[in-house]
Amino acid sequence: MSTFVMPSLGADMQSAVLMEWKVKEGDPVTKGMVIAEVETSKGVIEIEVFEDGIVEKLLVEEETECAVGAPLALIGSKDTAAAIEPTAQDIEKPSLEASKEPEHETVADERIKVSPAARKRAKELGIELSSLTADKEAIHLAQIESKIEPEAIQPSGMRQAIAKAMSRSNAEIPHYYLSTSINMTPALHWLEELNKNRSIQERILPAALLIRAVVCVLKEVPQLNGFWKNDSLQMSAAINPGIAIALRKEGLITPAILGAEQMNLDTTMQTLSDLITRTRSGKLRNTEITQQTITITNLGDLGVESVYGVIYPPQVALVGFGRIMDAPWAQGDTLCVRKVMEATLAGDHRATDGRIGGKFLDKLNQILQTPEELR
Amino acid sequence: MSEEQIKQSIIRQIVQIAPDIDPDEIIPDKNIQRSLEIDSFDFLKILTALDVELGVAVPEADYGQVDTLNHMIAYFAKRITP
Repeated sequence: MSTFVMPSLGADMQSAVLMEWKVKEGDPVTKGMVIAEVETSKGVIEIEVFEDGIVEKLLVEEETECAVGAPLALIGSKDTAAAIEPTAQDIEKPSLEASKEPEHETVADERIKVSPAARKRAKELGIELSSLTADKEAIHLAQIESKIEPEAIQPSGMRQAIAKAMSRSNAEIPHYYLSTSINMTPALHWLEELNKNRSIQERILPAALLIRAVVCVLKEVPQLNGFWKNDSLQMSAAINPGIAIALRKEGLITPAILGAEQMNLDTTMQTLSDLITRTRSGKLRNTEITQQTITITNLGDLGVESVYGVIYPPQVALVGFGRIMDAPWAQGDTLCVRKVMEATLAGDHRATDGRIGGKFLDKLNQILQTPEELR
Repeated sequence: MSEEQIKQSIIRQIVQIAPDIDPDEIIPDKNIQRSLEIDSFDFLKILTALDVELGVAVPEADYGQVDTLNHMIAYFAKRITP
């Protein structure tokens, strides 16, 4: 028997609202299965169970705010021999403040049906949900928005979470920055040929090729893939690049492509596509927002030439890509026009030196000159 | 299919993929991606949806011809089989 607790979904998270159970008592569960949805400043996140077993008891009601580490459910082992300890990675010690009682809930006896987005907005705005439910219909976001008074704009939970993480990064991490111009003509030409014979759905975007290139190079320069913890560099065997995805309204999430080292170009593109869609619709999994080993940010679409990023602790590096643009390029002793892109690396100087960072950018440049290796 | 119908299809797909965009914001001769902050991923999704709806797949080499709403309408009008 083990206790399933509210996982930490980022260093800045204190608590989250358990929105919905996906299982009931007595249900068998397997490792990696989504058993609950919780709402955090990063949106609605699906929470996976990390062992096989049976749901013995659900300890909290839906729509309860729970502190990180609060017990949520008891998971019994299927047979005693198969009991697996929870991986301690994302779980901090249960906090004493763990509460089974709703803290911030405005609902009294009766449960009010309300969409997660509407609930979040109402909380941000301090609107009483019970004031909207005269007709017992479910509450949607539009109804909440209609209650907004113009001056009621507060920084969102996500804004505050970003502010905290980035302040910590700049205070703690001695960043160094390197950049290099990469001739992207061979890679884009190769991609164009590849896409020519494919349907629109199967096309590969340059963004996916760049992620794939970073992952390939990280296998050779593993010092940039991992964490700075307990005053030492801990390299990660798994390569889980966090992809910076801007939300259309406001803010940014960097969910991970998990196990990218085992993917090829096609699966990288499919996973990226799925990840972007789910990020924008607010359906990410806890592992995707906690297990990033490096961050990749691509601001080329916005016309930016180079990106000098802020590392997300405890990661030790961030790779930035700028716009791919036509630029003069010297090849031998001729001057020609090529598709050129600026790649940058922000490194944690505690973990690595410029030599490692330089090696990374050099190998990245080389591999993009022979893109067929990225397939 | 009339140009007006094509226009409505395009606008519908843009708004479907980027729900925060007001159809009035779509200025016919402005670059769609830049003026509406649509990234390459969402642009690909729009073209995919239009392929399903209108039966015209835009090859990558033609992306320059579908950069604005007006250009897109002209491009599809020429290629839709009646």
